[in-house]
Amino acid sequence: MSIFLNADSRVLVQGMTGSEGTKHTRRMIASGTNVVAGVTPGKGGQEVDGIPVFNSVGEAMAATGANVSVVFVPPKFAKAAVIEAVDAAIPLCVVITEGIPIHDTAVFFQYALNKSTTRIIGPNCPGIISPGQSNAGIIPGDITKPGRIGLVSKSGTLTYQMMYELSDIGFSTAVGIGGDPIIGTTHIDCLQAFQDDPDTDAIVMIGEIGGDAEERAAAYIAQHITKPVVGYVAGFTAPEGKTMGHAGAIVSGSSGTAQAKKEALEAVGVKVGKTPSETARLMREVMQSL
Amino acid sequence: MDLFEYEAKDLFAKHGVPVIGGAVVTTAEAAGAAADEIGGKVVIKAQVKAGGRGKAGGVKVAEGNAEATEKAQGILGLDIKGHIVKKVLVTPASAIAEEYYVSFLLDRANRTFLAMASVEGGMDIEEVAVTKPEALARVAVDAIEGCTPAKAAEIAAAANFAADIRPAIEKILCQLWDVLVKEDATLVEVNPLVKTVEGDIVALDGKVSLDDNAAFRHSDHEAFVDNAAIDPIELRAKEHDLNYVKLEGEVGIIGNGAGLVMSTLDVVAYAGEEFGGVKPANFLDIGGGASAQVMANGLDIVLNDPSVKSVFVNVFGGITACDAVANGIIQAVAMLEANGEKVTKPLVCRIDGNNAEEGRRILDESGLDVVVRVQTMDDAARRVAELAK
Repeated sequence: MSIFLNADSRVLVQGMTGSEGTKHTRRMIASGTNVVAGVTPGKGGQEVDGIPVFNSVGEAMAATGANVSVVFVPPKFAKAAVIEAVDAAIPLCVVITEGIPIHDTAVFFQYALNKSTTRIIGPNCPGIISPGQSNAGIIPGDITKPGRIGLVSKSGTLTYQMMYELSDIGFSTAVGIGGDPIIGTTHIDCLQAFQDDPDTDAIVMIGEIGGDAEERAAAYIAQHITKPVVGYVAGFTAPEGKTMGHAGAIVSGSSGTAQAKKEALEAVGVKVGKTPSETARLMREVMQSL
Repeated sequence: MDLFEYEAKDLFAKHGVPVIGGAVVTTAEAAGAAADEIGGKVVIKAQVKAGGRGKAGGVKVAEGNAEATEKAQGILGLDIKGHIVKKVLVTPASAIAEEYYVSFLLDRANRTFLAMASVEGGMDIEEVAVTKPEALARVAVDAIEGCTPAKAAEIAAAANFAADIRPAIEKILCQLWDVLVKEDATLVEVNPLVKTVEGDIVALDGKVSLDDNAAFRHSDHEAFVDNAAIDPIELRAKEHDLNYVKLEGEVGIIGNGAGLVMSTLDVVAYAGEEFGGVKPANFLDIGGGASAQVMANGLDIVLNDPSVKSVFVNVFGGITACDAVANGIIQAVAMLEANGEKVTKPLVCRIDGNNAEEGRRILDESGLDVVVRVQTMDDAARRVAELAK
């Protein structure tokens, strides 16, 4: 098994006819994803590499049985695209788009919460991969193999780095939850899903400065997670008040520092690596001890 | 993007929030003249994008040209939490009966918005929040429903505003919510919101942070961009669409992906401890693609920082495989040299990921003396710190 995404996932791509959408659709297919449809309003009836394009998510789902949407729509139109996916009650909507206004995200997140039929991953995220089964987003499909580690991360390249360093052990699912201030799926959601997944033995959690998601994840781990968790937090030396690429990665005052996050995680028994390599080594030890 | 008080108040006024006008000036003499024109008592307020102005001596009352000039002289040039005062706002003094606090902000933890309000506003609101949390009402605001009149009433009641002023407070709350939503702000704060002795409710101060991601639908917000206050290297990076932040140290950093670059800063700072406290000189994320042109733009910016002594190029080849990354580095050096910029600072390169072996071979066989290839991120950090010592 895996979490949120598996070999039965039927993926549609919102914004497939755009350059990013087309490029990544091809990559997803190359890494084994069953891409069944594209959606671009006004371009229904066209095809991209033989994949049919529909005018709406609802039409695409009815015609193809799609149950996952990956959104590559530009920031301006992303809110409408996600709301359309939620209205069609697609179970999983992965929002890759970077640079969506926070008020738009707040609204579509609340909308999805009210309807409670769609899980949103992202925005501003690399997506989710269950190696060997399906890949919804832009995570390179060939840096790791199937295995029994679960990974949840705010950062794209750190996700790739970790998957690569532990590629001989392999992953059940890796989820890039995104670095924006509001995201649809949190560390905690993924921790619980990995806890419930019989094919995941241990979990790597990668966080970064800003907000208190890691602290809340630590509290959750203490209460609900029995599988071993290894952590990493980026941004120990980031100065206060500066935005470092991810809109969410900003230290304000004494809250949200990497040190505070590391201490919160260690206090509940999570081993926290000082560098990505040390984190990979800690996970390797955990897997060998199981 | 944070706004100055006078800019925040302009947005307030646009949405009907009562404010008191004034003059924004950059010299003491102009402040004196403004005081004359306004007449009576005026308040001279430092315009900096930082809190705690009152306590730092950045807010003074004056009367008449001479006193206003003298007080403005003392405020202009003040350093308030690292911000040098270059402008002051001269505004008529209000006879204040009571001071309140109200704000709307993004609530990351609950993934919605939050209203905060208190009848104990003024300079010590931070202290009130800590020592008397019950005096600061916190009410969640649904992103879709917004601050309806009913929600405004709930907030005003939670903060215990007196019955006679509630209608005015509730109206202002709805107007401030309009500022938050219609201007795409992540924070709208008024401290203090005052009741004057005449009984009027007025926003005496204003703090607004705008969401840069929403700039595309607010062409009028461009006027708020204060290029003079941005570090010149950061400004140049912005022109190239690069995500760059100037830091204090000596090691230039280039990487792909915000998380990896943040992590690189940490690893270099740790390694720097061994070499007399060498630190990263910048944050620079060149993004996932890492093409030769983007790499050249990035190298150009980092190498032109005079405090940089060595550079760490840390790339994980994912979508762009390592051979392309390696060729990108070599082409970037060639592009810079073709532009007459001799590259002499050592470039410590660590590339990992897809097709790493081939990428490393390309770097090793490039014949570029400045390129120092190191296998792991930790070893590369040590090497680059040593070279910057």
